[in-house]
Amino acid sequence: MIPFITAGDPAPELTVPLMHALVEGGADIIELGVPFSDPMADGPTIQRASERALVNGMSLRKVLALVSDFRATNSDTPVVLMGYANPIEAMGVDRFVAAAGAAGVDGVLVVDYPPEECEAFARTLKAGSMDPIFLLAPTSTEQRIREVATIGSGYIYYVSLKGVTGSGALDFDDVAARMPQIRQGVGMPVGVGFGIRDAESARRIGEVADAVVIGSRIIEEIEDSPRDQAVARVKNFVEGVRAALDQIQGAPR
Amino acid sequence: MQTADKPYRFPDSHGHFGPYGGVFVAETLIPALDELNAAYEACRSNPAFIAEFEYELKHYVGRPSPIYHAKRISDSLGGAQIYLKREDLNHTGAHKVNNCIGQALVARYMGKPRVIAETGAGQHGVATATVAARYGMECVVYMGAEDVKRQAANVYRMKLLGAKVVPVESGSKTLKDALNEAMRDWVTNIHNTFYIIGTVAGPHPYPMMVRDFQTVIGKECLVQMPEMTGRQPDYVIACVGGGSNAMGIFHPYIDVPGVRLIGVEAYGEGLESGRHAASLTGGTPGVLHGNRTYLLQSEDGQIIETHSISAGLDYPGVGPEHAWLKDSDRAEYVGVTDQEALAAFHNLCHLEGIIPALESSHALAYAAKLAPTLPRDKILLVNLSGRGDKDMHTVAEKSGIQF
Ligand SMILES: Cc1ncc(COP(=O)(O)O)c(C=O)c1O
Repeated sequence: MIPFITAGDPAPELTVPLMHALVEGGADIIELGVPFSDPMADGPTIQRASERALVNGMSLRKVLALVSDFRATNSDTPVVLMGYANPIEAMGVDRFVAAAGAAGVDGVLVVDYPPEECEAFARTLKAGSMDPIFLLAPTSTEQRIREVATIGSGYIYYVSLKGVTGSGALDFDDVAARMPQIRQGVGMPVGVGFGIRDAESARRIGEVADAVVIGSRIIEEIEDSPRDQAVARVKNFVEGVRAALDQIQGAPR
Repeated sequence: MQTADKPYRFPDSHGHFGPYGGVFVAETLIPALDELNAAYEACRSNPAFIAEFEYELKHYVGRPSPIYHAKRISDSLGGAQIYLKREDLNHTGAHKVNNCIGQALVARYMGKPRVIAETGAGQHGVATATVAARYGMECVVYMGAEDVKRQAANVYRMKLLGAKVVPVESGSKTLKDALNEAMRDWVTNIHNTFYIIGTVAGPHPYPMMVRDFQTVIGKECLVQMPEMTGRQPDYVIACVGGGSNAMGIFHPYIDVPGVRLIGVEAYGEGLESGRHAASLTGGTPGVLHGNRTYLLQSEDGQIIETHSISAGLDYPGVGPEHAWLKDSDRAEYVGVTDQEALAAFHNLCHLEGIIPALESSHALAYAAKLAPTLPRDKILLVNLSGRGDKDMHTVAEKSGIQF
């Protein structure tokens, strides 16, 4: 199970406690969103999280500091940063990779870096022992799957529907039908996300995928909670998903 | 500088202009762009497509637009002669429609019955709504909620033309956020929807495609200037928001030696004030809206808000080809302030009986600075990208007048 939260939402001081809560709730990997002013690929929920985080003064530098804090007491759970290219380019790719490595980041997913635009970035990340994570979509071609297999590492994030994060309903049959081809094509674990909203949808995706990614629904949980209850409620929600996943034979991540 | 023995050939097949341009989008949009690329390649080399585009430009838009020798302005400045390329005389009142016709024809070729657009001031939205009505397409225009309030007349115009206007409440609620929202619509509705981007920005092939449709401006000038003056101009001057009217008039001149290309950005309240929209002269390279280009951004790489009296120039990025023309020194980029643009606006009204758009007034203002420094036999060709009817409200307000 791979939960997603945006760093700095609802408040910078809650990010590390939320990360620990995700781990206690059963997260295998944490995707930590780096807020950006123009999150073109995100739906309204993650947009709002990004806006709140920016209002709270969050920046890429501060996200890395939060990862360092998290690493003070957790050296096991992989942390993958998910964000957009511009904050990384503003910091400078080399400086970013050095700083991310030092902070204890394990992988980086840059939403608007398709493989053909980031060969050098992916190489630099790998040289720093971090995984460049890539997206695949229902519409991705065979050639695309091969490109991603060559340049990416760690896992593949399969976006299960057309559209932006948080939108619409999942087509379980479609995901199930595509999974063998994608898994075979990339030769690494495949996480499925976009549109997983509860224990039941997580279980159904979990039956065919290596991991489920849950983002917008967790952000909603944070939005709906009073500040002092956000951490507990997120943990509770994630535990529910974990329990559903654990019912599956050969439990997925 | 480009010379005749080194013809200018950009972008490359992946949409790169040197280090700029490219395709910086999420995987979910890649198939849409691949599909568009293939369709546009088929259209641009199809004589029937080109013939229809030209027919529409002639009979619907009213092209070719004339070039006018602004003699009284030139005399009052006492230097170089100023010639105006009259894009303000196009149907819908600006250059924007050239591109909208082109993209709508590509949309029709692709069998997409629904078009979407982003708009700031509403000019591109109006042009898109216009062609959507002309070709019987459903039309949705995304517009920042702030802009919807500021540009009520254009919102009504779009509605009259049958378009749905969607106010965008995210981010800074302005043009850049409208573009984000249009992209989100597109990725969700790829099967039936064509996204008509309004300037030479966005992921490849947009900067190239929009440029190609707008180069009709410069191609006409290449013919008209020798007819009128016996030669090509010494300077070509255009305002730069996203950069489409400038690219449209610059591009055919890139390989013409001795013609200086000058893009004029919006310095707003002044470059030093920080309240401006000058991405090329006041920004740094980065990635936004699918391409790498010069951006106005914070140290942390967040996009910052822009300021200009002219809504059409109020954009924190700029087309990637301008970034390349700047770095390669083939074009020069300068800026003028709100005040300077307003003065040029009033001058053109009084001396030539032409009410220019506030965007175009930026190009006029720079020409007014440059002309007196040059001899009388020098020629400045200014792209008068649009007419100022839409700006009545803004200008009146500045003069303390309420309608
Ligand atoms: C009349 C006019 N000129 C110029 C612009 C700026 O756009 P671009 O730089 O793409 O020409 C606009 C945009 O709305 C406009 O309406």
